[in-house]
Amino acid sequence: MVSAAARRLDAPDNAEGMRLDFLGVNHAFALEDRPLPVLEQIRFNVEPGEFVALLGPSGCGKSTLLRLVAGLEPPTQGQILEDGRPITGPDPSRVVVFQDPTLFPWRTVRDNVALGPEAQGLLKSHRTRIDDALALVGLSGFAKAYPHQLSGGMAQRVALARALVNDPRLLILDEPLGKLDSLTRISMQGELVELWQRSGFTTLLVTHDIEEALFMATRVIVFSERPARVKADIPIDRPYPRHRGDPKLVELRRHLLELLGLAQTW
Amino acid sequence: MDATIESTTTLAPDQVASSEDAPPRLWLGGLGAGIAWLAAALVVEFWPNFDDWAYTTELASAAGALGGGLLFASVAGRRLPGIDRLRSLAPWLVALALLLTSWEIFTAKLNLLPRPFFAPPQAFLEVYFEDWRRLGECVIRSLLLLAPGFFIGAALGFASGVALGWSRIAGYWGHPILRLIGPLPAIAWLPIAFFAFPSSWSASVFLIALASGIPVAILTWSGVAGVNSAFYDIARTLGASQRFLVLKVAVPAAMPHVFVGLFMGLASSFSVLVVAEMMGVKAGLGWYLQWAQGWAAYGNMYAALLVMAVMCSGLVTLLFKIRDRLLAWQKGLLRW
Repeated sequence: MVSAAARRLDAPDNAEGMRLDFLGVNHAFALEDRPLPVLEQIRFNVEPGEFVALLGPSGCGKSTLLRLVAGLEPPTQGQILEDGRPITGPDPSRVVVFQDPTLFPWRTVRDNVALGPEAQGLLKSHRTRIDDALALVGLSGFAKAYPHQLSGGMAQRVALARALVNDPRLLILDEPLGKLDSLTRISMQGELVELWQRSGFTTLLVTHDIEEALFMATRVIVFSERPARVKADIPIDRPYPRHRGDPKLVELRRHLLELLGLAQTW
Repeated sequence: MDATIESTTTLAPDQVASSEDAPPRLWLGGLGAGIAWLAAALVVEFWPNFDDWAYTTELASAAGALGGGLLFASVAGRRLPGIDRLRSLAPWLVALALLLTSWEIFTAKLNLLPRPFFAPPQAFLEVYFEDWRRLGECVIRSLLLLAPGFFIGAALGFASGVALGWSRIAGYWGHPILRLIGPLPAIAWLPIAFFAFPSSWSASVFLIALASGIPVAILTWSGVAGVNSAFYDIARTLGASQRFLVLKVAVPAAMPHVFVGLFMGLASSFSVLVVAEMMGVKAGLGWYLQWAQGWAAYGNMYAALLVMAVMCSGLVTLLFKIRDRLLAWQKGLLRW
């Protein structure tokens, strides 16, 4: 999948990944009678170019944290800094790939990938870039297809191309492989790692899958039940490409399961 | 990977079979239809009329010509261009020949149905041959009333629907108004409209615009309000402005709803058109119907009804064609 086009797409105009600082972030949902706290005193840093996996029980507020980083909502309290400046709104340098590909069904695959450049008024100058992004995810032949003609894995690749075409400095992945079949998931995990390695952007990955986190990330942050607090911050100091049978990873996996209160199930 | 695309674009099994089979020498359906129409021609021409009816021979010739043409097509078979599209019509062609024959027998030949309420088929021919000028003018006048009314209504309805769905202020002020006015049949405004507008034409355009605009407004509104919020999230993270969110996200996502509104609006604009022409405008197909009924010219009435049916059906077909082009991305569209 990662082809010659990749080298052109990750042109080093801002090859540096984004630095993130979470400064005591609190967030609550406004329910009818009283606020429901979802995030409590989130405080950690992400160095440029890191690949950080956010792990935690279902519904603990990880996805909410990603929405705050994306700038889709402001946090109730506290601040998130990008390279030292507070995040105030969405920006194409921080792109999100959601669990559902949410391609626009009325646009062809190519027009979906072109969404970012078009919204920013860069459609003319980014023409080859859009084709390169499609080539990068191996879907050049499907430029004119409509989303309903694609399989789940193909649609998620298009969503990835739609994100990467903007030359992001932070890639936010909200369980992007959660709905794919296990074979497609395993191959796309490898592809994502390769992409991240050659592009140098910072990556935040929300996942339920401990193996996925261990296979891909340089660091795993474990969250508690809602309201989510940072429970553990574990560096994964293993070289890439990783092997799922690596005894060190197996050991880390046991440790993570313990943290999530599931040690006795293994 | 490729299999997904192939499976959605391959033809249905029966289509494949018909295009791959060797062409049959004789088109049997066409043969049957040809014989049925020739038989109809013989009945019309040689069974003496109960009373003196004009255009009997012309009717027989028309039926005979159709029958002859079908016979020729059934023998010439696949060499004729467009024959494949006719193929599936054979049962309908047979049924229509039988219908025409029995209608002819019950009216012109045996006079079993009370006159003048039941006109024989040749009476249609008589109207079309002798009154085509007036009928044609009525069609044009109807269209000249319908088109501006429908387009103004659709445009205003669409714009207000988008505004209602998008802007909180527009929703606040517009919702109660639409809720009160919307269910009121546009016809109820007729007395006020004819009083308030300078001409019956402008009053009717107003009524048609109202009748077509309200369903378009309501459906556009619900379409815009129902857009999956994830689409907005995606567009916002990719740097979309408010304008982009409205024009490139909300509007295209709402288009399937808008078209439902357009179909409803078109249907209600037809009824308002006919009523307006019967009540105030002294032209158009509605007026023609009224006029024919006043003179007990039932043949003219049926002939005008047929013209009106063809006109309305044609306009609906046109709207379907436009929708099929614009919404080609949708799966499982209803075929008209």
